[in-house]
Amino acid sequence: MKINVKHIAKLANLPLSVEEEIKFEKQLLEILSYVEKLKKIDTKNAKITSQITGLENVTSEDKASPSLTQDESLSNSKSNHNGLFKVPKIL
Amino acid sequence: MSLNTLSIKKAREGLSKRQFSSVELVRACISKIKERKNLNAFITVCEKEALEKARQSDKKIKDRIDLPLLGIPISLKDIYLTKGIRTTAGSKVLDDYIPQYNATVVKKLEDVGAIIIGKTNCDAWAHGSSGENSDYGHTKNPWSEAHVPGGSSSGSAVSVAAKMSFASMGSDTGGSIRLPASFCDVVGLKPTYGRVSRYGIVAMASSLDSIGHFTKNTDDSALMLSVTAGKDLNDSTMPSKNVESYESYLRRGVKGVKIGIPKEYFALGLDKRIKDNVIKSVKSLEKEGAKIESISLPNTEYATACYYIIQPAEVSSNLARYDGIRYGSARQNFGDEAKRRIMLGTYVLSSGYYDAYYKRAMQVRTLIKKDFDEAFKKVDVIITPVSPTLAWKLGEKTSDPLLMYLSDIYTVTANLAGIPGLSVPIGFIDDLPVGMQILGPQFSEGKLFQVGKAWENINL
Repeated sequence: MKINVKHIAKLANLPLSVEEEIKFEKQLLEILSYVEKLKKIDTKNAKITSQITGLENVTSEDKASPSLTQDESLSNSKSNHNGLFKVPKIL
Repeated sequence: MSLNTLSIKKAREGLSKRQFSSVELVRACISKIKERKNLNAFITVCEKEALEKARQSDKKIKDRIDLPLLGIPISLKDIYLTKGIRTTAGSKVLDDYIPQYNATVVKKLEDVGAIIIGKTNCDAWAHGSSGENSDYGHTKNPWSEAHVPGGSSSGSAVSVAAKMSFASMGSDTGGSIRLPASFCDVVGLKPTYGRVSRYGIVAMASSLDSIGHFTKNTDDSALMLSVTAGKDLNDSTMPSKNVESYESYLRRGVKGVKIGIPKEYFALGLDKRIKDNVIKSVKSLEKEGAKIESISLPNTEYATACYYIIQPAEVSSNLARYDGIRYGSARQNFGDEAKRRIMLGTYVLSSGYYDAYYKRAMQVRTLIKKDFDEAFKKVDVIITPVSPTLAWKLGEKTSDPLLMYLSDIYTVTANLAGIPGLSVPIGFIDDLPVGMQILGPQFSEGKLFQVGKAWENINL
């Protein structure tokens, strides 16, 4: 079994040091080899369960209700400009 | 007798008879928090605010206003959003986060008069079984400070066990209420998935997260559920089920109640002394008229593996929102355990691995749920140990994540099946507390309280 920690960390947008990559590779492989035991079960006829409530398509009424003010929304942001969140350049 | 040792019920009686004041209750709790500061049960203590609220409560009591928790100091795991009060989730990523709104449960508790005395320590993001993953230092077991209190709702369990608060709200995604309850000698309830609103509580694994609480006894546990349960339009995963009168179950006794004992939970790996204690407790319920039946939950062996795929998958998705832009700080500030789970989850969801891991785990989840469905056709409740071992020494499992994960072996099943579980204290071994787990079908919390209370009555 193999796991490309560098690739996974990139997918997860998680900056890791080289030491962390080495440490996590070993630990993740141990965990993955433990969960291998699921391969022993016959799941051919088993449906999937992604949630157990049985609820489907829960919607709410399309009605406006009070929400946070602009100042409140920005109150935890370390970087904002003219009442907007400031984000890193992506293009 | 110190006021902070009272149950909620007794404290409410004393308050309404004006035998003591809410200010005195808050002072008694605060002084215990200060006296045992070394347990590190709290991240934030709201002394000034709680005292002010207590003064207001005393006025209301004088005016004969009667509310279920009026004047009662409680604590909240630091993953409950509290308007204007710092909420860290035990992680430095949220070190300076001040929520702009309250979780639904916080609002419900305040509406019935509860006083928030502080925010309790926990494993960061509720990831852990020992309380040692907190970025704010580990919490210690109040019965033996060299041992873990259990996690992830570590500070919540300790705050009730050490009489620092009358009840504490926690969260249980794979055992995070039941395990610390059993390690700290308090009652812990993991309600049915969807019984209590998750809105405004930092999400760990959204299909598994259950919102529950710690109390000193079963009566108080029933009382707490009766005020926290119920539909919330802000949480779309809540079935429309009426909130029952849980109190009415407490005096029913166990005559004729069918209790299932699943052989898989008493197999190899379980400390023999714990096994003997649980069996002894079941026998005493039998003497009170309960019917004991041996049952099998054949897929139990696969539950932990199933859980450690589904849970990290959902964790990786939930923690993706922390980008340090709208709140919190950058992703390198995640601790080791969060990083491990984010990567494990990302891996099992990634292209080429989804079917082999995530899809397969969701199929196994169906089989585990079916085991319980079948079992509950034969019995009313199931009784098991909470943990295969006693509370372990601080530091003992921190370098071995897999070993730590395996401590949840008897608790993750209830989260996968969405059923409720109650952990009740059954005594001490080597001066460390032991708990017993009572499981029931979805929305059968009343039945769990019934059995829990019958057990307490035997031990009076």
